[in-house]
Amino acid sequence: MSKGIATREAYGNALAEIGADPRIVVLDADLSKSTKTDVFKKQYPERFINMGIAESNMMAVAAGIASCGKIVFASTFAMFAAGRAFEQVRNSICYPALNVKIGATHAGLTVGEDGASHQSIEDIALMRSVPNMTVISPADGVEARLATIAAAKIDGPVYLRFSRMTSPILFDENTYKFEVGKGVTLTEGNDVTIIATGYMVSEAINAVEMLKSEGISARLINIHTIKPIDKDIIINAAKETGAIVTCEEHNVFGGLGSAVAEVLVENYPVPVRMVGVRDKFGKSGKAQDVMKLYGLTAENIVAKAKEVIAMKKA
Amino acid sequence: MNESQIKELKKYSTILRKHIIEEVFSAQSGHPGGSLSCADILTVLYFKEMRVDPKNPKWEDRDRFVLSKGHCSPALYAALAEKGFFPKEELVKFRKIDSFLEGHPSMRYVPGVDMSTGSLGQGISTAVGMAIAGKLDNKDYNVFTILGDGEIQEGQVWEAFMAAAHYKLDNLIAFLDHNGLQIDGKISEVMSPEPVVDKIKAFGWHVIVIDGHDFEQIVNAIDEAKKTKGKPTMIIAETIKGKGVSFMENQAGWHGSAPNKEQRDTAIAELDAVLAGLEV
Repeated sequence: MSKGIATREAYGNALAEIGADPRIVVLDADLSKSTKTDVFKKQYPERFINMGIAESNMMAVAAGIASCGKIVFASTFAMFAAGRAFEQVRNSICYPALNVKIGATHAGLTVGEDGASHQSIEDIALMRSVPNMTVISPADGVEARLATIAAAKIDGPVYLRFSRMTSPILFDENTYKFEVGKGVTLTEGNDVTIIATGYMVSEAINAVEMLKSEGISARLINIHTIKPIDKDIIINAAKETGAIVTCEEHNVFGGLGSAVAEVLVENYPVPVRMVGVRDKFGKSGKAQDVMKLYGLTAENIVAKAKEVIAMKKA
Repeated sequence: MNESQIKELKKYSTILRKHIIEEVFSAQSGHPGGSLSCADILTVLYFKEMRVDPKNPKWEDRDRFVLSKGHCSPALYAALAEKGFFPKEELVKFRKIDSFLEGHPSMRYVPGVDMSTGSLGQGISTAVGMAIAGKLDNKDYNVFTILGDGEIQEGQVWEAFMAAAHYKLDNLIAFLDHNGLQIDGKISEVMSPEPVVDKIKAFGWHVIVIDGHDFEQIVNAIDEAKKTKGKPTMIIAETIKGKGVSFMENQAGWHGSAPNKEQRDTAIAELDAVLAGLEV
């Protein structure tokens, strides 16, 4: 593993990388230093527009610009992108299916010290419930870059979920294949399948190693695209391993766990355990301490994997 | 404008009003009051001012129009159909299951609709976006929008006003359909946005106040707006909700209810009488 990078930083860099395309316009709501859209701004100041602390307006302005043939990236924290501006995203962007990409940073508990008011644990649920929306939650900097580039090529709304915290690079930038809507099997295994998204993929990688040392063969699937979700990879995992653990830095209500369960109950029901926030608000603290407090750790994934294997045998 | 030009506009606005009544009557739902109050403004926009081509609705150099008060779709659909964007026969299918004329305008379905609206307060922001895009591309099109006076109770509207002035969007020309009524009654009693002239001026806009049913004043105000550089223009149009149908005028109750057969017949007879008067 090389040194880490926050997915938000990879996002900002990727915007600058693809910014030569004159159709790309980037909006921010006074957070460009945090969302890293300032990297784009430095290179293409004429196509960077600061909308001030007014996220609702920003999302509808983005829709208006997109209606004139532009590819608009609108960035702010996930809390405000999906939360405050939900209805603007729904009615002005998704209903007319306009070409707006929402770069939502500081998602989840790893916001850390800022605490519950800024820790978005509902945004996946909100965004995946809106028709026409694609929802992508990258696991590391390599994937965040590829997701940003891929989003620009989609004709329609995309929600991109990024983290504040620096996290390990998991994938090889030269060989990693990223395709919107396709899950990635990172480890083969037969006893249980762990399905993770975002930062939790790196915890899940550790969990797989821990399980292996105890003689348990766990398959690991990275679901970067939560909508449209890769049904085939989930159904096959259910058929072949018979038990599933989902892992997300989000409320277990409405997030990845729910999305996976929806696929399973309609196609191939197997026991599922969900690692995620158990319907509670977050709190201030160092990111890793907060994650530990809420059970978003490799250790908890291991415990849930054992539980679900026991359920399978019962 | 000479007298025959004004007569021509009056004819169009009366025809739009007839369409509005027929749409809402056939749907037995919809919003006649606010549609009638902005019918004269829409008439000037579509039959005198705006650079649009019904054969090429997505023409990239066209002027844009956003009906920020999207519930007044009957008026917009009437103007678009009369202009030739789609057949007039479609109008009576308004709000029906087999029609593309949704209760509130959808840019995906209706030729000539530049933005999907209906959720109040969002249309003005999208118009700001279109004006920004015009500046980015050095296009000379204008963006027109109509807001309701109840609509400006939405906080987002003021975010949009702030942004439009900040970015000096002199290609944005907004109308405030100031008819004084909203669903629950008088705007002054429900939640007064007054003094709107001072407030919008304070937000950095050029503000013009007109009689929103006087064609000459509407045309002159647009001319003044086009000449105003470095800031957006708000044309505050003093209007009458339900204008042109005697029993609907100044009645909040006609905000969102449909006429019965007898009321429809009375309204159409009144409007036909206006048209007959214009033929003399």
